[in-house]
Amino acid sequence: MRAAEREAPRGALVVGGERAHVGLDRRELAVCGVLGVAALVLGFVGLWAGDFPLTAGEVVGALLGPPFPVVEPIVYTVVVEWHLPRVVAALVFGAALAASGAIFQTVTRNPLASPDVMGLANGSFTGMLLALVVLGGSWAGVMTGALVGGLLTAGAIYLLALRDGLRDFRFIVVGIGVSAFLAAANSWILLRIDVETALFASAWGAGTLNNATAGAVWPAAAFLLGTLALLPFGLATLRQVELGDDLARATGVALDRHRALLLLLAVALVSAVTTVAGPVAFVALAAPQIARRLAGSPGIPMGASLATGAVLLLSADLVAQHVVPLTVPVGVVTVVIGGVYLTWLLRREMRTRG
Amino acid sequence: MTLRPSPVALLVLAVPAALALSVLVGSNPVPPGDVWAALTGGGDATARFVVADQRLPRTVAGVVVGLALGVSGALMQAYTRNPFADPGLFGVSAGASFAVAVAVAYAGVTAPAAYVWWAVGGALLASLVVVALGRPTDPRVPPTRLVLTGVAVGAVLAGLTTGISLSDPDAFERMLTWHAGSLIDRGYAVTLAVAPLLVLGALAAAATAPSLNAIALGRDVAQAQGVDLRRSDLLALAAITLLAAGAAAVAGPVAFVGLVVPHVVRWCVGVDQRRILGVSAVAGVVLVLVADVVGRVAVLPGEMPAGIVTAFIGAPVLVLLARRSRATGL
Repeated sequence: MRAAEREAPRGALVVGGERAHVGLDRRELAVCGVLGVAALVLGFVGLWAGDFPLTAGEVVGALLGPPFPVVEPIVYTVVVEWHLPRVVAALVFGAALAASGAIFQTVTRNPLASPDVMGLANGSFTGMLLALVVLGGSWAGVMTGALVGGLLTAGAIYLLALRDGLRDFRFIVVGIGVSAFLAAANSWILLRIDVETALFASAWGAGTLNNATAGAVWPAAAFLLGTLALLPFGLATLRQVELGDDLARATGVALDRHRALLLLLAVALVSAVTTVAGPVAFVALAAPQIARRLAGSPGIPMGASLATGAVLLLSADLVAQHVVPLTVPVGVVTVVIGGVYLTWLLRREMRTRG
Repeated sequence: MTLRPSPVALLVLAVPAALALSVLVGSNPVPPGDVWAALTGGGDATARFVVADQRLPRTVAGVVVGLALGVSGALMQAYTRNPFADPGLFGVSAGASFAVAVAVAYAGVTAPAAYVWWAVGGALLASLVVVALGRPTDPRVPPTRLVLTGVAVGAVLAGLTTGISLSDPDAFERMLTWHAGSLIDRGYAVTLAVAPLLVLGALAAAATAPSLNAIALGRDVAQAQGVDLRRSDLLALAAITLLAAGAAAVAGPVAFVGLVVPHVVRWCVGVDQRRILGVSAVAGVVLVLVADVVGRVAVLPGEMPAGIVTAFIGAPVLVLLARRSRATGL
């Protein structure tokens, strides 16, 4: 990748090197603003749409509570206890996945790197499947299995890749190996269990917000927001890491420790999301790349990535719930919408600049 | 001169051993003497059926798949300069899977032998779309956008495949088996159907191999050395697509071989891309054949699909080798 980065001058670099872009420039700010408005509008649609007929006033009333017009208890239940957790989950989870993807892609300087490619999603799925087979299908068991599986996988990749420092290439290859091993294990378990269980497990494995109930979402969202609040501290280091190992060391960065801390942050974000929603594919990979093209920045813009991830997951969930006639997991819609959009962006970029 | 056996020599010796194992070992045990009798036309009917109608076609399919995956994986990594690149990256596997899902769910196709045309069609169509959308207009620019387009299109197709199979339990069950990647019931008809693709792909690979070393130094350098980048790219893309499509049509998406074999081979034979290409072909054959044999006997009385065994065998090897200090980037 490094040779590739040298070949194109910075201004003309269309695709290629993955530099993190830290400061908010005007265009990125505008992108964030537009995405923020989109998130508000989509969030309102998410609170309002559903089988239970609601008026816009009722939605606002239920959200704000007294002294505004008091709503019927059932309206409050539908809006605040049923719809709100799911909307918040989509927004926060999307942003968290995008942040972790941005960290992975910047640290490894590879646009294909994302926590799902590196095996964390497969590890969570393995944990979930084992919990399902051994403990039966209780949600607590499934969530614990996913959490433990994801964390053990991250730990295994880290320990296996650790040898005279954490070289990014070795880290990637070990991730590929562990990921492939776990994917094979998952296929094997799915082939061995009965079809009904496998179908249920696969729906979870595609990533779904059907289990985003208040009890699961509020703790996860609080944890994720707390973790995301740590991001600004990591950004300055990320800017150094993006320059390449040698230059970063020369500027006095304790590279291995910082890289490990950044990746730990990314892993924490993904694990928390996966525990509640299953391995939602593609947001972590696509959101930073989409954001970079929207903001027209040479590196990966962190703020715009977060906003893109949030809007991407929320709109995908709305489509999955209300537009598609079948009940499909949100992860399926995410990859279709995100994939089509990313293809279109790449195509347009080629026409205007390439 | 040292007496340490070179990895390449060991690998070449491993080919006949793997072939022999693939004919001798199976979930229907046949004594070696009877296998020989069946091969030479004698023996009892059961042994003849097991050896001539089951193991031999399967071995041929394994050789073809391993060869195709090894070569297309090595080419893919040399062309994209990305260690994550696997032969399915240009939408080949996703296209094949999507076409098979459509065939199973809506066209009522049930036999693996009948999947092959759907798989070939889907794979070629998907990769054509990817190349048409993402092909770099300036050949000196690294093909990162093509890679991302491949990922995006592949993700869309994979999402649609998941959607189809989750809404149809019967299709779901068949797609699980297809997705694991297996050589069970792949008769000569299946292998013959994709043979033209593979021959064309191999020719294209051979034609582009000499320019790969120059391209590895950087695309500007290669152009300065007189390499025709457009011709070389076109051949590489054609070779990758044809070989990966052929392999996916025969065995389903066996992702691991094409992804990992080139890494391991690179660490053993050095940086000459022509050697990497040739040795990857041999290593791919050995890995697929051995994985298939292990899968036949590992979980008796059932069989473990070869695509799962390749990962179970290959992943620990990859991780161990990656920990050595000689392991380097592309």
